[in-house]
Amino acid sequence: MFDFLHRNITSSKEKPFVVNNKFPRPENMRLTTHALSIYIGGNPILKHVNVDIPRNKITCIIGPSGCGKTTLLRTFNRLVDTIEGVNIEGVVMLGDRNIVTAGASELTEIRRAIGLVPQRPCPLPMSIYDNIAYGCRIHGISGRRKLDAIVEYYLRAVGLWDEVKDRLHTPANKLSGGQQQRLCLARSLAIEPSYLLADESTSALDPISSRTVEELFVQLKKDYSIVMVTHTLRQARRIADHIIFMYLGEVIEEGDADQVFNHPKHELTQRYLDGAFS
Amino acid sequence: MSHRLLKDRAAGYLMFTLTISSLLLVVAMGIGLYMKAAPILHEHSLWELLSVSEWKPMKNQFGFFPFLMGTLWVSGLALLIAIPISLLMAIYLTEYSHSMVRRFVYPFLDILAGLPSVIYGVWGMLLIVPWVANIAAPWVGRNTTGYTVLAGGIVLGVMVIPLLVSLFIEIFSNVAHELREATFALGATRWQTTKHVVLRKTFPGMMAAIVLAASRVMGETIAVIMVCGNLAIAPGSLLDACYPIPALIANNYGEMLSMPLYESALMFAAFILFFVVLVFNLFSRLILKKIKE
Repeated sequence: MFDFLHRNITSSKEKPFVVNNKFPRPENMRLTTHALSIYIGGNPILKHVNVDIPRNKITCIIGPSGCGKTTLLRTFNRLVDTIEGVNIEGVVMLGDRNIVTAGASELTEIRRAIGLVPQRPCPLPMSIYDNIAYGCRIHGISGRRKLDAIVEYYLRAVGLWDEVKDRLHTPANKLSGGQQQRLCLARSLAIEPSYLLADESTSALDPISSRTVEELFVQLKKDYSIVMVTHTLRQARRIADHIIFMYLGEVIEEGDADQVFNHPKHELTQRYLDGAFS
Repeated sequence: MSHRLLKDRAAGYLMFTLTISSLLLVVAMGIGLYMKAAPILHEHSLWELLSVSEWKPMKNQFGFFPFLMGTLWVSGLALLIAIPISLLMAIYLTEYSHSMVRRFVYPFLDILAGLPSVIYGVWGMLLIVPWVANIAAPWVGRNTTGYTVLAGGIVLGVMVIPLLVSLFIEIFSNVAHELREATFALGATRWQTTKHVVLRKTFPGMMAAIVLAASRVMGETIAVIMVCGNLAIAPGSLLDACYPIPALIANNYGEMLSMPLYESALMFAAFILFFVVLVFNLFSRLILKKIKE
């Protein structure tokens, strides 16, 4: 069923030269947190979180509602800044840069290196083509031919090219929900991030689109490190390589998916996996 | 039929009637003004009335060209001043400022929007008119009393800023937060987000707000009477006096009865204003529909 994904990714042309050139992607860059605590309006949302996101794997953050999954995810690209009264303590490192203390110009580069696939598909109010080219343009890539190549490459990478190649310049919000979400994925990929954050990115999609996006993540992990918040344990079981289990703002257990699912060290994890609470 | 169903239906009819009657009122006003203006339209052709510059009611000469130009100059200048300032203010307040700033500024904007226009007129007479006479005009080597298009434009512009800012803020706040986050997540700055996403998304709404402001500006009476100079000559520059249509009507309504056709002429002026605002609104709606498609 998902043969087309393999074909598209493996048979597509070389990556557009310019992209690789403009945004170097050091292979050893790691994303870690040390004693990360977050308070919103004085209330602790994350408590002393230490995690280490492995490279080229799918890391799923699981846990009951309100446990801080999304906040942790949004700290990685500092989108928590948009909440008023937020106070961050501790350290989040991307390579040798501390994300928590990054200034405005460093922040745009960090956000470039850590892409986000939103919860609900939200194409920008522009054409399909411009949705992909937008990220490149704001980071200073210009030139019709370069952008054409980038747009085609990444639309192929998400299996959308054949569906939209005849209407690249029509508004992106005319696409179906699943297509929009793949477009959002392509939009994030087009600026060559090292990490991809996905905040329940399949929860607003129908089952088939959801599987398509899920398969894409699996395909993409050879080039990207993916961090995913998910509410569905079944999805985590299907695709996760690494699991972070959170409860009430704390990381209870972190480890290899196989180990966490089959031999959890912590009783709370076992109870959550058994569906004792959610 | 049960009591509550009856009540529901009655309320529905009542609200429907009220809504329709307000629509009919617009039509009735248009017809009424036209009928009052009919005598002068019998004596002079429409084109003559609109294109002739002589305004001598005693000699039966009614040329509305100066008033039409007066309204257009002052309104145009006012919008030219108000739109960029309001836009930047609204962008600052919705996209950049801390919520503390907003909590402080919003009530002030509401107060400014609610001030009677006569206060803006007085402010214009005391501050803007002398400024034009003593500083702005000499600076370009001109000599005026200060009662000019420039003064009118500034006063009207300042007057309409609170309205425009409130409308723009309302429109910008409606843009989904997710959309802003999506572009921040790509590494866009706030300005890039504003320019490429917020402004683009809200363009039709912004146009509608501007049309509303323009209608308000064109109809404003008291403030322009006080600062525009009220000379029935089509202005040739910002430093000439002018006589916008609303000022003409308000100034002359008391004395019109003694002269033949004068009442009809003033009603015709009102009709022009009514018509311009109406056409302006309908036309902009048409354009917006085209843009949305």
